Amino acid sequence: MTRSQFSKIPFSRVFNRLLVRRVVQSLILILLLIVINFFLIHLAPGDPVYYLAGQSGDEAYYELIRAKFGLDQPLTTQLWTYLSSVLRGDLGYSLSYQQPVASVIFSRVPATLLLVLSALLMATVGGVLLGVEAARRENSLADRLCNTFALLGHSFPSFSIGHILLLFFALYLGLFPAQGMISASQDLSGLDYWLDILVHLALPAVTLAIVQIAQIMRLTRSEMLNVLGENFITTARAKGVSERKVLYGHALRNALLPVVTIIGTDLGMLLSGAVLTETVFAYPGLGRLTLEVLAARDYPVLMGLFLLISIAVAVMNFLTDITYPLIDPRIKYSR
Amino acid sequence: MWRVLKHNKTTTVSAIVLIIFFGAAIFADQIAPFDPLKTSNETFQTPSRKFLFGTDDLGRDVFSGVIHGAQTSILVGVSVALLSGLIGVFVGAVAGFAGGVWDDFLMRLTELFLIPPQFFLALVIAALFGSTLLNIILILTITGWTTMARLVRAEVLSLKERSFVEASKAMGASPARILFHDILPNASPLIITKMVLMVGGVILLEAGLEFVGLGDANQISWGYMLHNGQHFIRDGWWIIAFPSLALAALVLALNIVGDALNSALNPNAKSAYLKSS
Repeated sequence: MTRSQFSKIPFSRVFNRLLVRRVVQSLILILLLIVINFFLIHLAPGDPVYYLAGQSGDEAYYELIRAKFGLDQPLTTQLWTYLSSVLRGDLGYSLSYQQPVASVIFSRVPATLLLVLSALLMATVGGVLLGVEAARRENSLADRLCNTFALLGHSFPSFSIGHILLLFFALYLGLFPAQGMISASQDLSGLDYWLDILVHLALPAVTLAIVQIAQIMRLTRSEMLNVLGENFITTARAKGVSERKVLYGHALRNALLPVVTIIGTDLGMLLSGAVLTETVFAYPGLGRLTLEVLAARDYPVLMGLFLLISIAVAVMNFLTDITYPLIDPRIKYSR
Repeated sequence: MWRVLKHNKTTTVSAIVLIIFFGAAIFADQIAPFDPLKTSNETFQTPSRKFLFGTDDLGRDVFSGVIHGAQTSILVGVSVALLSGLIGVFVGAVAGFAGGVWDDFLMRLTELFLIPPQFFLALVIAALFGSTLLNIILILTITGWTTMARLVRAEVLSLKERSFVEASKAMGASPARILFHDILPNASPLIITKMVLMVGGVILLEAGLEFVGLGDANQISWGYMLHNGQHFIRDGWWIIAFPSLALAALVLALNIVGDALNSALNPNAKSAYLKSS
């Protein structure tokens, strides 16, 4: 169907069609990810039962798992058994935590969500503001400082940034706690409790945000420079619109669109970054969990984490995809 | 390339830093005063004339570790960038040039690979298959070709429509000849720049894997030194400060030189490292 035909169809119907298409695509991708998980387990050296049960089980338990996943059956039957058990929400049982995998993982989600969302918020607000101000003063000292910062943020590994902040602000100045999410020794409640969480959150969240700020700043700056060269900006200025309104009202609205698209991929990067940052600050989220199950060779939890993080990114990509045409009316729905 | 270097001090300094790191990697055995993995009784020594960067919890010389670590980082970075770059070029060129079903299939495959964060995918595979140096190179290669594939596909799609390709077609050139003699040579500046810019990213990924404990026990690396040293951050800052600094300096230099290469070879492109993650 061509674009001209589409333009006669009401917006909502076109949008619904896009929605259905994207939902189906995302579901297929998630299904394929589970299949990849299955093949990783079977291609890995050694008996697949170790990867389905974890390394600390005994022979009787392994027999149980062998029977559950039908490991004596042909591979296609096994794939079917695996798929249906994962789709039913059964990610297996964690021996090292003595709990179902899903509940091990979900008990850690709030901590990571708090960390990742506050980092994303800081990175987006900080990155966009710096990007606009850098574009406004193109080639000035401030602009070059911003560029240097972006280059540094892109080159420094997040754990190095974390170590620097940890050494300086926590160990040298003693302003922030070095480890954990709450103070274990005190029993706090009410406002004190939340303040305690906040001071523990500060360093890891800033660490995680720095890398993303750099990227968002660079993108905002280059998009702003493109938009500021366009005619409608000249018109707005000629009409006497204040410079602040031109920058933040007229130009930024148009420059922000590409920035929105990278938030989906940002989530994946933030979750990867969380593994390293949480390691540095012993922050009890999904990243820390990853490290613990790596050490314990608790493979069911590791595979579950991999699957859930991939699904989270797929869902985020899907949300970005469908919000993009909603906020940019120029997008045509030809696909 | 040379002209760009001469006109920009930052780039010149970065190029010199790169030369130093590559020199350290090549002549690591001659430069390092000690065996980086050999333990001794002199633990937690502060930096001194004997131990330039101090020693760690097992009395290993940090300076020798940093020198030998350069070898590991550069080996992994360069080989992964080359291998996964070539896979990416192949996939992108076939998808863009053949089009149709091939394009659809290869691009859906690329999208599938793009969903799990590369670091996490590499981490899971390394945990399952073991993390020897060779494995890490292979793992980062098979998880790292996607951005190159997308870049090359877009470039091939646009070059395919140019008039010099028309001309070749009119003269009866075979599709293979058009791809290898007309299109790919014209895409090569972009490909080379992208490969150089990939090296830094790969080095960070490799260090990240080693940092969470997925390293080769027989090979010293900056990531492993940081993994081990973070437990002693209160006992000796030098144990993690120097490997960290080396890592950041190498990646920074690679990014600056890559960026300069980009503006020299692809004058119309925007800053490249923006897209290189």
